[in-house]
Amino acid sequence: MSAAEHRAARPDAFPANWTSRVAWIGLAVYTIYATSILDITWARFVTGLDNGAKFLARMFPPNMQADKLDLIATGMIESMQIAVLATFFGVLLSLPLGLAAARNLAPSWLAWSARGLIAIFRSFHPVIVSILFVKAVGFGALAGILALIVSSLGFVSKLFAEVVEEMNPKQVEAVRATGANFWNVLVMAVFPQVMARFVGLTVYQFDSNIRNSTMVGIVGGGGIGAPLFTAYQRFDYDVVLTILIIIIAIIMVAELVSGRIRRIFQ
Amino acid sequence: MSAGALLSLRHLRKEYRAGQPVLKDITLDIDANGLTAIIGPSGTGKSTLIRCINRLVDPTSGEILFEGKDLAKLKGGALRAARRRVGMVFQEYNLVERLTVIENVLTGRLGYVPAWRAFLRKFPEADVTRAFDLIDAVGLNEEFATRRADKLSGGQRQRVGIARALMQEPALILADEPTSSLDPKTSVEIMELLAEVSANRHVPVVVNIHNVDLARRYATRIIGMTGGNVVYDGPPTGLTERDLAHIYGGEDFL
Repeated sequence: MSAAEHRAARPDAFPANWTSRVAWIGLAVYTIYATSILDITWARFVTGLDNGAKFLARMFPPNMQADKLDLIATGMIESMQIAVLATFFGVLLSLPLGLAAARNLAPSWLAWSARGLIAIFRSFHPVIVSILFVKAVGFGALAGILALIVSSLGFVSKLFAEVVEEMNPKQVEAVRATGANFWNVLVMAVFPQVMARFVGLTVYQFDSNIRNSTMVGIVGGGGIGAPLFTAYQRFDYDVVLTILIIIIAIIMVAELVSGRIRRIFQ
Repeated sequence: MSAGALLSLRHLRKEYRAGQPVLKDITLDIDANGLTAIIGPSGTGKSTLIRCINRLVDPTSGEILFEGKDLAKLKGGALRAARRRVGMVFQEYNLVERLTVIENVLTGRLGYVPAWRAFLRKFPEADVTRAFDLIDAVGLNEEFATRRADKLSGGQRQRVGIARALMQEPALILADEPTSSLDPKTSVEIMELLAEVSANRHVPVVVNIHNVDLARRYATRIIGMTGGNVVYDGPPTGLTERDLAHIYGGEDFL
């Protein structure tokens, strides 16, 4: 066989992946289509920028009156309490739910039921869940806490189940080989492998619960959301700015603290 | 079955895929002493054989007679109780990486200690003392006890693996390629340790091993496997080049 023939017989080293090409083209076409349908134009964007600038100008300076600060402090403290309680109970319940959803530990009927439950918890935004709980238990922090427990459960147990599924089966096998029962395997082979990641998820969820706890109030779930929304509607943009600054400050502090906590549980 | 046998395999057969047996009708007696080395080419079922014994792999058919019970038929609590009597040492050590050395050694007691005690690390005092003694005995300093397993070298990890197996107070230790991930010098040290365990602690050891020289040097009995069958069974001195050619197929490697 000549060299040329030999070359011709070889397969293409980088064959075209038509499925992926079609997917990319489809995405591009849809983006253009959706943009045209939704009346997204440059002119509107420019006008919007102008409005935004006026709006920002009206926010300054932030309102620092004592009575406003008092109101904001009360709301903010309630938001923090919502975040802490929702994280605590949400994460506590995520532990068994996540384990039940892990296909390498739980029998498949249990894993699939747990996954179904998690999917339901994850299907709605916390604000929508808040509306349901406000209807059920009335206005106030309890509704917000329950709503955020649901969203914490959805997020933490789903990712925790994935962490458990990714653990090293050899370590588990070795502990099982000593004659350990399921609970002992859980305590001495599974937990040591996944706990650091679980703490990481918890801290992340706490971060996100702080953010969300400022929102559930808009629909009556307690916390800073209600004063914030009221201030918007009364055009008290200086109060809005004060609240936003405080929220940003708290979230930055939470970010710092969570980084520390994560490092402790390496 | 010979009267003195601790473990008797009878017509053991394992098919991962139906009709394609990895183990074909293995019948063996393992006595309550000595170090038995199983040699043979990769993929010949050595690992499967060892893992069938403590049922990490379920055999397709056959009997595994051990301390008066057929392990092949056990389930649930009875199987776990039987597993407590069989220590296992792994090729990749299989320590729980994020636990300390002594916690890993104490996992050898998990067949006896309830989960809440393990969770609170409230192991019986006698177990903790014994764990320290074993860490010493396998050649690690006691200050290793509180070091995390992922901070150890391969040889040190395998020593912890052996201590964990001994912690079970087993009637038998199975070692699945215990030296294959180690350098030559450390391999010798680990085989020496296993030979010492079988000789001085009177715990019989069955070891899968690729290194024929190590097998010859430390084993009291060699079992040669090829194609899912036992083709040599006898003392290391009786193992000839012809036997090896039969076991591994061809003579080029000799």
